[in-house]
Amino acid sequence: MTSWMLALFAFAAFFVGYRFYSKFLAERVFRLDPDYITPAHRFNDGIDFVPTNRFVLWGHHFTSVAGAAPIVGPAIAMIWGWGPALAWVLVGTVFIAGIHDFGTLWASSRNRGESMGAIARKVISPRAFSLFLLIIFFLMLMVNAVFAVIIGTLFTNFPASVIPYWMQIPIAVTIGWLVYRRGVGVLWPALIGLFLMLALVGVGAAVPVSLPEQIAGAPSVAWWTAIMLAYGAIASRLPVWLLLQPRDFMNAHLLFIGLIMIYLGVFVGRPEIVAPIFNTAVPPDTPPMLPLLFVTIACGAISGFHGLVSSGTTSKQLNHETDARFIGYLGSTGEGLLAVAAILATAAGFATFEAWNVHYESWAHASSSGIAAFVSGAGNFMGHLGLPVALGTTFVSMMVVCFAATSLDTSMRLQRFVLAELGRQYKLPALSNINFSTTLVFILCVALAFFADPERPGQGGMILWPLFGTTNQLTAAMSLLILSLIFWYTKRPYLLTLIPFLFVATVTTWAMFINVGNYLAQGNLLLTVVGGLLLALNIWLLLEGVAAVRHRREPSDVLEAN
Amino acid sequence: MTSSKRTEPRRSLLRRIETFLDEAYAAPFRRHQRRSQRRQEDLFRLLVLSEALGIPNPAGFYCLELMPFVLDDFHAWHRRMGMEHSPVDGFRCC
Repeated sequence: MTSWMLALFAFAAFFVGYRFYSKFLAERVFRLDPDYITPAHRFNDGIDFVPTNRFVLWGHHFTSVAGAAPIVGPAIAMIWGWGPALAWVLVGTVFIAGIHDFGTLWASSRNRGESMGAIARKVISPRAFSLFLLIIFFLMLMVNAVFAVIIGTLFTNFPASVIPYWMQIPIAVTIGWLVYRRGVGVLWPALIGLFLMLALVGVGAAVPVSLPEQIAGAPSVAWWTAIMLAYGAIASRLPVWLLLQPRDFMNAHLLFIGLIMIYLGVFVGRPEIVAPIFNTAVPPDTPPMLPLLFVTIACGAISGFHGLVSSGTTSKQLNHETDARFIGYLGSTGEGLLAVAAILATAAGFATFEAWNVHYESWAHASSSGIAAFVSGAGNFMGHLGLPVALGTTFVSMMVVCFAATSLDTSMRLQRFVLAELGRQYKLPALSNINFSTTLVFILCVALAFFADPERPGQGGMILWPLFGTTNQLTAAMSLLILSLIFWYTKRPYLLTLIPFLFVATVTTWAMFINVGNYLAQGNLLLTVVGGLLLALNIWLLLEGVAAVRHRREPSDVLEAN
Repeated sequence: MTSSKRTEPRRSLLRRIETFLDEAYAAPFRRHQRRSQRRQEDLFRLLVLSEALGIPNPAGFYCLELMPFVLDDFHAWHRRMGMEHSPVDGFRCC
């Protein structure tokens, strides 16, 4: 089978999902009302609540949820073959992520734009809010540790990406300064910035920068990881307009350019798929596909992080309730397309099966270099468009590093807010101190990134990937539970979210049992403790769900009428 | 067709792209910027109104002439601060 047919099949599946399933959800389940006054209009304060054009809002929503995670997950899961990975991405996006993202956006807009945590307090119990905060805290911790290692791996494997990545910072700061301080329109600075970034890809490819293989007994990946975590801590203390905002804006353009070029490469070059559809000869250290596939690919199939974005910012800017279908469902579809691009690049981006197998000769190797497989494969796709492969790989590696670094910056910020919230809940005022919480977050991330795998200090972050997937799925399960309860109380077809909830909650609990068992067998104390805590949160969530069904709530308690 | 007529639609397209990009740039972070701006303004308002609120302020006399500037948004401010009615005796907005 050739890759373009797969790409076409995925497009068709997403189109049918959007055209028919999301329409059914909008009309029969959510019963969207074009006359409903959304929180953006009702509480319009020019700050949090601002009615926003749906295309702008979709762009904002999509670029907030799409990052490095939907690329890394499928790139690792390719070890079981492309068939299971693709099936999970398609089914997950169409039937689980779609209703999750769309539903959280709708539920939040029908609850005064409140976040899922605040809605959990109302729909489940006040205790559920603490559970929610703890899950988010772990999610952010995993994001920081894992993404720092991903960047470290990419800088080591693709030294050409070092210059373009670091040069993006002064370019972004200049754009931020021009727009914010000088009041210049964003068009020309952004165009010049993008042009410079593309030129720097050429410079990076010509002048690769790499650290010595070993410095003071630690490998270069470990050093890059430490540098990136320190960078994340500093960047998260800067005002958003200075670095985060312009860089986010540039990344959005890089994302669209990257996605278009990868799919164009597939349709122009029509490369053959060399990876097996179902890998019957998986390396011996690979964990069982069931249930690990479902936590390895989190973003791209179903991701709880989307619910945080939907209910955190997007719902407060919804112009019409009917826009929720376009923004929520198509946002998840966009991320599905990114995951399919990752599957195509890792399945068809290599000339031979042997070249593919180099990246997937063991589970440990696939975990640490799956992302490198994506970069090489996507670089080869760009080669089909007449671009030198070296430039293509540099562009793709820079793109992934930029996404991961922005996620690092954002999640360190978010983790600080979560700590402050926990501090308020449990009367620990020190956690609200910005310097103290940043330092604490930094230390926790370094500890996790360096000591997760005691045999390979500094490179242990990727061993956390299944745990990252689990926490992400836990967040999603919580949102699906809330939606199921809302449907139950308001007499709507609750099975549409209850079945995904039961599925996601079961596979995550099952995967956590397997993971914790493995950590115990390996004698890895740190991961046994972290995994055990996550398993406890998992069970707590299931118990909350059971307990919530016994409470009877009126429809008006959980949803605002028109 | 004159050249100015020909360039007109192009200009308007460029303007629309500019507006769209400006909005796309600002929208995701509007809340951060406006919130930090509002926090600064609230502090300024508190300093100006401090005497009226019972907080001794050595520069109170000089703040009097700044009063008109902080009264525009006074009602929204005291509601935001969790006070249902105006806390200042001399100024009743609601």
